[in-house]
Amino acid sequence: MSKGRYGIHGGQYIPETLMNEIINLEKAYEHFKNDPEFKAELKKLLNEYAGRPSLLYYAEKMSKDLGGAKIYLKREDLNHTGSHKINNVLGQALMAKKMGKTRVIAETGAGQHGVATATAAALLGLECEIFMGKEDTDRQALNVYRMELLGAKVHAVTSGTMTLKDAVNETMREWTARVHDTHYVLGSVMGPHPFPMIVRDFQSVISEEAREQILELEGKLPDVVLACVGGGSNAMGMFYNFIADEGVKLIGCEAAGHGINTEKHAATIAKGKLGVFHGMKSYFCQDEYGQIAPVYSISAGLDYPGIGPEHANLHDSGRAEYVPITDGEAVEAFEYLARTEGIICAIESAHAVAHAKKIAGNLSKDQIIIICLSGRGDKDVAAIARYKGVSIYE
Amino acid sequence: MSNIAEAFKNGKAFIGFVTGGDPSLEKSEEFILAMVQGGADLVEIGIPFSDPIAEGPVIQEANIRALAAGATVDKIFDLVVSVRQKTKVPLVFLTYLNPVFNYGYSRFFQRCAEVGVDGIIIPDLPYEEKGELTEIAAGFGVDVISLIAPTSEQRIKQIAAEATGFIYVVSSMGVTGMRSEIKTDLSSIIGVIRESSSVPTAVGFGINTPKQAEEIAKITDGVIVGSAIVKIVEKYGEEAGPHIYDYVRSMKDAVRDID
Repeated sequence: MSKGRYGIHGGQYIPETLMNEIINLEKAYEHFKNDPEFKAELKKLLNEYAGRPSLLYYAEKMSKDLGGAKIYLKREDLNHTGSHKINNVLGQALMAKKMGKTRVIAETGAGQHGVATATAAALLGLECEIFMGKEDTDRQALNVYRMELLGAKVHAVTSGTMTLKDAVNETMREWTARVHDTHYVLGSVMGPHPFPMIVRDFQSVISEEAREQILELEGKLPDVVLACVGGGSNAMGMFYNFIADEGVKLIGCEAAGHGINTEKHAATIAKGKLGVFHGMKSYFCQDEYGQIAPVYSISAGLDYPGIGPEHANLHDSGRAEYVPITDGEAVEAFEYLARTEGIICAIESAHAVAHAKKIAGNLSKDQIIIICLSGRGDKDVAAIARYKGVSIYE
Repeated sequence: MSNIAEAFKNGKAFIGFVTGGDPSLEKSEEFILAMVQGGADLVEIGIPFSDPIAEGPVIQEANIRALAAGATVDKIFDLVVSVRQKTKVPLVFLTYLNPVFNYGYSRFFQRCAEVGVDGIIIPDLPYEEKGELTEIAAGFGVDVISLIAPTSEQRIKQIAAEATGFIYVVSSMGVTGMRSEIKTDLSSIIGVIRESSSVPTAVGFGINTPKQAEEIAKITDGVIVGSAIVKIVEKYGEEAGPHIYDYVRSMKDAVRDID
């Protein structure tokens, strides 16, 4: 079996044209991850530019209101560019530059990863092109303009379902056309090896910090760690340093859209089956002949038909649990967090908040939940208003 | 060894491609037979996939048309059953790994053997991953065609040494589609292949004119044309048959007697 396996998942299922490029990428990564100079530069960027470490905030009002466990929020929404995406992007862009690449390309769903990539490219002086489904450029027009302000060229992808999966297809196609000077800044713990490993490592700073912070604040580890899951990058970052702590329950929250018994969802673990797509073996929403299914979520960032291979393996082994959260539950949690804690979080992150609302009351007051608040919700305000039938000027 | 070697016995080979089920299964059969009458030595049949990441816009659209018209893996097998009653031309599938994986490798290749498919090209199955199905396919007499790209460099020998059927040499960077110019140094790639393999080579990606085919045929055993044929289907729809015949005949004429 090939490299980059997580149980039966992972691998390198990509066209031959890209094979030498990802072999070189793996070599470069193995070098830079142990290179003191690279590590120091990245740490400086993360701390002085992105604003790390992010806060671990005790949501006291929410905890008391739900009447059970103490709830902490890992505030990735406070990072520069407003989400956890910057952690991975700074690492990959810095590495790309050191590899001699002059241009970066990336897919984006909601636009968070695209904005983060455009930001890093501007800072590091790299040319940047972003591929985004036409449907997403329409529903996230503000982020498109934001990327353009940062100097990136944004391509609206009109193939297939015109959402995140098609943006990934188109970015891969672009990469096969131009690998010599271009690095693909893949935004999640997915794709061919070494991407799931690289993205996980760069995102694992979330749990590295959170684990230290909770031990400092509470003198013990949390009982439950929650994160939303599309491809799974914030969840993998949030879970990673807790995997060895057997007493810590890890729960990923998938987008159930209108419900997992409808056709309008993106709940890969609940409804998908084993397959091979976008360079990896993992679980995918697909039909009886292996055609990738059009998926749906109110959250463009979770609107993806697959899940990263390491998550698929955490599911197989039972080390992590994955639960579906509907649009309605996520919107309710989005509003609840705004009113209770004065925090407008990303609709993606609201899926994790929704599950905390379900389980906190069943836990005792000396138990602890940490929720990864992966992003801020400014980008979602207009969509939530539309969902609620409220007419506002965007 | 499969029937594929037969394709390289009539001078330089012309290999044509259509997406199965575009615009209908009946028409695909007609188009395949038109190619054979026009002189095609081997026909690639695309099993449509929702997300063909190695394809350019022309074949992407054909995949969408075929799926919208109801093509499924089982129906493509039925198409081959019908085609096989009329021609012995070597037939090779082109598809992505997920439809094959989902069908079940043993079940898929057993069915290939039953209906008379000689090989399969899977663009998202590189050398590193082919081990999970090559033995199963070989057990049913189906060749898994190896691809070699302009970026393969030190990998060429390794890939060529294990190749069976024919070796698909990708002419250019990027996805499938017609190109006005092919800049890759194909003769040195094929030179390296020849050091470790005697399996025939065929060059594809970007070829569309008889002139290009003639040039390429000077350095390889065959030329592969996909997008240019699918473009004819896109343009003429159900009436594409005679146009495909004329086109394939002009291409085969251009390559047949090249040394």
